[in-house]
Amino acid sequence: MAMLSVDNLAVNYGVITAVKGVSFEINEGEIVSLIGANGAGKTTILKTISGLLKPVSGTITYEGKQIQKEKAPKIVAQGISQVPEGRHIFPGLTVKENLQMGAFLQSNHQQISDTFGEIYKRFPILKQRENQDAATLSGGEQQMLAMGRALMSKPKLILLDEPSMGLAPIFINEIFDIIKAIQEQGTTVLLIEQNAKKALSIADRGYVLASGEVKLTGTGQELLANADVQKAYLGG
Amino acid sequence: MQTLLQQLINGLSLGSIYALLALGYTMVYGIIKLINFAHGDIYMLGAFWGYYVINYWHFNFIFALLSAMLVCAVSGVIIEYLAYRPLRHSPRIAALITAIGVSYFLENGMSYLYGSSTRSFPQIIKQVNYHFGGVQISNIQILILVTACLLMILLQLIIKRTKMGRAMRAVSVDPDAAELVGININRTISFTFALGSSMAGAAGVLIGLYYNSIDPLMGMTPGIKAFVAAVVGGIGSVPGASLGGFLIGLLETGVQAIGLSAYKDAAVYLVLIIILLILPAGIFGKNTKEKV
Repeated sequence: MAMLSVDNLAVNYGVITAVKGVSFEINEGEIVSLIGANGAGKTTILKTISGLLKPVSGTITYEGKQIQKEKAPKIVAQGISQVPEGRHIFPGLTVKENLQMGAFLQSNHQQISDTFGEIYKRFPILKQRENQDAATLSGGEQQMLAMGRALMSKPKLILLDEPSMGLAPIFINEIFDIIKAIQEQGTTVLLIEQNAKKALSIADRGYVLASGEVKLTGTGQELLANADVQKAYLGG
Repeated sequence: MQTLLQQLINGLSLGSIYALLALGYTMVYGIIKLINFAHGDIYMLGAFWGYYVINYWHFNFIFALLSAMLVCAVSGVIIEYLAYRPLRHSPRIAALITAIGVSYFLENGMSYLYGSSTRSFPQIIKQVNYHFGGVQISNIQILILVTACLLMILLQLIIKRTKMGRAMRAVSVDPDAAELVGININRTISFTFALGSSMAGAAGVLIGLYYNSIDPLMGMTPGIKAFVAAVVGGIGSVPGASLGGFLIGLLETGVQAIGLSAYKDAAVYLVLIIILLILPAGIFGKNTKEKV
């Protein structure tokens, strides 16, 4: 059984129907990528899984339980953590405080400090900048902080919204390496990207969205090789 | 020189009360971008609570102060829950007008229930004046300064060092991201109202001791002055509110000292106008530049 399955999900964003009847699945241990142009409804889907938006119809089932009516903090508590588009770190809080916020629902101090160790090992730059105001970090460092913050809650499933957006090419490669490493350590990944080529190259499976609907699905390699996908999203 | 020092002491005592009040304005503004015009009336409730428990239950100063803080904290939470929470997603002007309504409700409700006459606050601590080279300071002034400073330090520690304090700061800069890490926004806002209102409650008891008289409309003018203090310091900034409170207190006593008592309120509003013209973000305010 799939870890997360989204069935016939429809979501309105204000008066606009942003998502109309989308279905997809994520199995434990996979990297699944949703690709599509701006306005395809990708971010809306993530926000709905995270509980920031409520669907008008359809269900989201996570580990056998429907979660589409639950609020965001409840969903984090069940092991789904989101790295939002545009990073959304907390300016005015230090790097360390930002990471502490990620562990907001954890109460075991030993475990929190172990997780801190893991995060600092994965992102040594964050350790160096520990006491700096998070707003002073570069874009790439902020992305690492946002990912580190999400990992602080020890999620089983991590939702990444445009992690490579606005980053220098050197950081983009690094971010995708990190995503792969996160998967290898046992966290399931749902990845949303406009950089379809990169996203599909590390994804086990992918879904292509356009105007709020799933148009195509397949393994990462199949989609990369697909002529329509190449034409529409890979500049081929 | 002596007069200057004397006015400094008087100004700091009064200013510490404005500072306590200004903290509530600034924290609530920081987290839900609302100027809580009913905040001055919470301070009035604190003063009345102090009056009753000292007169009828014979509380001592410490218990009167702590119980007033608790009662005001609960009142602040209830007001937020009933009046502001339903308007959370409405335009900001709706909540602002509601705050003015809550303020009138509290002022007139108290006048209706307990009469609008001025009462004398029980002098639970006998005033003793100390003289140092021609400068006079009373034990009550010392008590006010020390209590206010302790409360401000405590508040700063809560905001900087505790988990709830971090949650408050996180919600104030980015509510959506705060929800995504599992922070309960409503609970955090309630906590903020509780903290701010408890400071106002403490200020109410302290002003009762200092000025010796209380009435249901006593919160209006100090409320507005504390709001000015918060703006001067930079609304949303906690150290700014404390500094602004002291500055407004000093300004007011200074204006009185040079013989312009009748203009002391006008001076405060003049400062508000000048600050808004030349330094709209206040002393510690951040110029909001958003990087996308």
